[in-house]
Amino acid sequence: MLKYVLKRVSLLIPTLIGVATLVFAMVALSPGDPARVMLGERANKAQLEKLRSELGLDRPLIEQYGIYMKNMAQFDFGESIKTGRKVSEEIKELYPATIELAFFAMLFATTLGIIIGVLSATRRNTWIDYTSMVGALFGVSMPVFWLALVLMMIFSVGLNWFPTGGRINIRYYFEAITNFYILDTLIYWVRDGDPKFLISSLKHMILPAVALGTIPLAIIARVTRSSMLEVLKQDYVKTARSAGIAEKRVVYRYALKNALLPVVTIIGLQFGLLLSGAILTETIFAWPGIGKWIYKAIEARDYPAVQGGVLVIATSFVLINLVVDILYSIVNPKIRLQ
Amino acid sequence: MERSADRLPPIGKQLDVPDEPTFLQESIHQLRRNKAAIAGLIVIALFLFVGIFAPVISPHNPLEQTISMRKAPPFTEGYLLGTDSLGRDMLSRLIYGARISMIIGVVSVGIALIFGLLIGVVSGYYGGWFDKLVMRIIDIMLAFPYVLLTIVIVAILGASLTNAMIAIGISQIPRYVRLVRASVLAEKESDYVTAERSIGTSNFELMFGSILPNCLAPISVQATLGVGEAILSSAALSFLGLGAQPPTPEWGLMIASSREFITSAWWIVTLPGIATLFAVLGFNLFGDGLRDILDPKLRD
Amino acid sequence: MKKAFNVLLIFLLAFTVFAGGQQDAGQAEVEAAEESTEGPQSGGVLVFGRGGDSVGLDPARETDGESFYATTQIFDNLVEFKNGTTEIQPALAKSWDISDDNLTFTFHLVEDATFHDGTPFNAEAVVFSLGRQLWEDHPYYDLGPWKYWGYMDMSNIVEDIVAVDEYTVRIDLQKVEAPFLANLAMDFAAMVSPTAVEKYGEDFKSNPVGTGPFKFVSWQKDSNIVLEKNENYWRRPAYLDRLILQVIPDPTARYLALQKGEIDVLDFPSPEDIEDMKADPDIKVIQQPGLNVGYLAMNTQKEPFDDKRVRQAFNYAINKDEIIEAVFGSAGTPAKNPLPPTMWSYNDSIEPYPYDPAKAKELLAEAGYPDGFETDLWAMPVARPYFPDGRKVAEIMQAQLKEIGVEAEIVSYDWGTYLDRTDSGEHETALLGWTGDNGDPDNFLFVLLSAAAAEVPAGNIAFWKDEEFNELIIEAKETFDRERRTELYMEAQEVFHEEAPWVPVAHSIVSEPMQPNVMNFKLSPVGKRVFYSVWLDQ
Repeated sequence: MLKYVLKRVSLLIPTLIGVATLVFAMVALSPGDPARVMLGERANKAQLEKLRSELGLDRPLIEQYGIYMKNMAQFDFGESIKTGRKVSEEIKELYPATIELAFFAMLFATTLGIIIGVLSATRRNTWIDYTSMVGALFGVSMPVFWLALVLMMIFSVGLNWFPTGGRINIRYYFEAITNFYILDTLIYWVRDGDPKFLISSLKHMILPAVALGTIPLAIIARVTRSSMLEVLKQDYVKTARSAGIAEKRVVYRYALKNALLPVVTIIGLQFGLLLSGAILTETIFAWPGIGKWIYKAIEARDYPAVQGGVLVIATSFVLINLVVDILYSIVNPKIRLQ
Repeated sequence: MERSADRLPPIGKQLDVPDEPTFLQESIHQLRRNKAAIAGLIVIALFLFVGIFAPVISPHNPLEQTISMRKAPPFTEGYLLGTDSLGRDMLSRLIYGARISMIIGVVSVGIALIFGLLIGVVSGYYGGWFDKLVMRIIDIMLAFPYVLLTIVIVAILGASLTNAMIAIGISQIPRYVRLVRASVLAEKESDYVTAERSIGTSNFELMFGSILPNCLAPISVQATLGVGEAILSSAALSFLGLGAQPPTPEWGLMIASSREFITSAWWIVTLPGIATLFAVLGFNLFGDGLRDILDPKLRD
Repeated sequence: MKKAFNVLLIFLLAFTVFAGGQQDAGQAEVEAAEESTEGPQSGGVLVFGRGGDSVGLDPARETDGESFYATTQIFDNLVEFKNGTTEIQPALAKSWDISDDNLTFTFHLVEDATFHDGTPFNAEAVVFSLGRQLWEDHPYYDLGPWKYWGYMDMSNIVEDIVAVDEYTVRIDLQKVEAPFLANLAMDFAAMVSPTAVEKYGEDFKSNPVGTGPFKFVSWQKDSNIVLEKNENYWRRPAYLDRLILQVIPDPTARYLALQKGEIDVLDFPSPEDIEDMKADPDIKVIQQPGLNVGYLAMNTQKEPFDDKRVRQAFNYAINKDEIIEAVFGSAGTPAKNPLPPTMWSYNDSIEPYPYDPAKAKELLAEAGYPDGFETDLWAMPVARPYFPDGRKVAEIMQAQLKEIGVEAEIVSYDWGTYLDRTDSGEHETALLGWTGDNGDPDNFLFVLLSAAAAEVPAGNIAFWKDEEFNELIIEAKETFDRERRTELYMEAQEVFHEEAPWVPVAHSIVSEPMQPNVMNFKLSPVGKRVFYSVWLDQ
């Protein structure tokens, strides 16, 4: 087991170096001059040259790459060209918002997805099954950002049930503690006995989480269904049935446990993918997370910020996949032998 | 849009290929019985038709502005689906959007297929350092979430529709490489390949004449699903301003520029999204159906 | 005889003062009307919903409006723009003397101001705040780049800054520069606490300390900046207890937030929504013509735009009303001059080119292009106050130019590249615009149209070098007499009109929708948002 984990982890390093190199290539090759973006309509030549040399943009590419890799190795992403603040600090401030959003999106997708999947499988070829699976197909065929807009149009504009964006009611004298607002507002509730903060942050969470969670929801429902169908065909299920164990018990006690194995992998993968799907959702719901921030950084040619942000997401993605693989290999030892 | 079929757990193993003619006949027979696949095929055919004959069937020029008719709601006379914020006919823009989306889907998947198959076959057949290098690069590419990878590539190439297609194509390469490589590895040592090699068939013929055709079934499933995915990705890129540029009637771009109308003109927001939804749905239905048909293990 | 002359002089003087003061009288009336109902009330939280986050909070370091929205409340300057105007009034300098050669300014400072961290405000603080931008060997020069200082060319204007005594500062100039005092009212010339800069160094931009009516409390990246009333302000304290600058990027979302009462003041509404807002009794909309201009520059160094007739033809071919209707809604007025109408010396007697495609075709034919030609049309990728949607403007122009046989291909890059390439002259025609910073016509005509600004990287992206025009604006730059300057600028605008290096398209009208209980909010022509005197009717 340990050997498998070590092997997986050691494979991680060249991958991450490759990722870092690709990100460097991205900014080095892309058109657009950050000095120009920073100075805007009013720049003069001397200012431009000075700023370029301050940013190290006038050095040979290979030298820039060397400096870059050295800094990356020390987790130093440099300073944002736009704000002049440390990129790592900005990421620290923004990443919790994205993780929180992805977490709740996943929570929504997993709970509902498994329920729908199991219901469809156990009631195969009924209207429940058909509706769910057609719904799931619609779910994976939809542009996320469009869904987000439509949800906003219906539930915020039309019905006025939810706010249109942000993380908490702006007027509250609220100061973040951990930057995970749901957690923070829970602390407020426990500490001050006032649940209004928690209620507000939950209300702000619902629409973005639903929009972001719809695709994983559809995928999880489909996978749960097919995996469940597979398991229900297995001998031990048939044996259990023939032994006279109640159908409910067979389904939930025996079959579901085994059917969830592939679902776990999917959940892990989808969680990683959500981090980048957040780019679109965050833009629409004014969610102050890393996705929107990366997008703006690309627009502003803020090289260090883009590098830092993309690296952090790619690394998280790789790590989540690694953890899922290891977890999977623990539950299913056959994998390790391959 | 984050969905990528090669990341789904294999629902069955790769095909065990029976004798070809009977398999093909059997497949067509299965296709006839698979309602979902038929529905998908019809939807695809419809969008293809609309796309190809866009100039003939669209009532207006999609770029023609009638400023005095801005934001006319659907069923306004002369504008069945209303007009957008510059008074351009929504229906005509959607029709031309179908043409653009079909092109995007086909071109992106074409790029992915050509490179994916080539690299996959060569890498699987010869192995060695080339194979190792390819697999390393693929690992790196897969370390990026799909959307982020396309964004990164477009950022390198510059924002335009052509570059968006290239970026989507490149991002889809890894799945074909893996698929093809795996089946090449399996087939390489099989009896019939060994036999053919012994009678002096060249490597090239072996790779592209004998081995490759045997994995066309899973590839066609993958490619069908890939078209839908490419349409979604290009819409997302355009939404972020990294794909098609105005005044192109691309669906994602139309949604992006509709944001300010969610309080005032619902049709500008919803229609392009619905068009995208159905186009992608068509490919997903057909792709799913194709998988059921071509994968005997899933047949009941 | 002499006496009669004196009387005449006094009469004339009185007349000019009256004429000059007219506009302000109107403003004062509104003020009086608003405040007479029931005096200003203290207290309350005001949420200002805006489109983007501040970049940083060191006013000398930043260049974007979003940063200044916050710093304006935290910092004071020696002199300031009278709220809602471009007129200069005393602030931290209670008065000043100007030497006869116009080269030495002596400022007398207020004596009871302190920074939020307790540091007293004095002459040393003035020397520190400006000196760190001027002297390259200043210990805090490296915290720059001091971009705005550079934009205003201050290093070539200021010779020396000297603390004469505790509360007197002298600034020596290298040359006569009429707009100098206006420059000192701009955000970059704000007074910062020397102790705080020493304490925070690089991080001063996240921990701003000034003398202003509001103190900095917290900054949640991409979300909000919270400011609190400074109870020890050297003038009357602000009315608001707390001011929150909230980021809501999408204009429609901001509108919804205003309707739901989530925010009190909405910055930068979508032009599409303004009519609805005005019709809504629960929303108060304050409007003011912005100090800006959006234009189509034609590269006069390239064929066929080196021909005046072609440039004039473009002016006839473009239907500004159509562009304004589709892009600005009610938030724009057609432009005929490079100066905005609110600017002094705006030449209103100029007759704009009418929309006349036939005449345009005629001119093209005369110039040797009876069938038109192909060209490019560069469109800005971002929303700016002068063009809320550059691409949309380009799309409409493209259609209009087609009418006279000109096929224009729309070209667009990311913002940085766009600026880079346009000011090195790669375009044939390009959309761009300008927002005035200091309320001086020089800030438009010299920066955007002088021969000096046609050097790469050019501010003058028409690359237009007209001798007559340049003589006029340079003389105006070195003259202190406002009347003479007005004459010169009026004449320069006539030259501009005839030579037509641009198609001036529009001046946007700045609209600020807000809750009806937000009182005494004034828009500033130079784009500031000042909350010092704003109060909430509760």
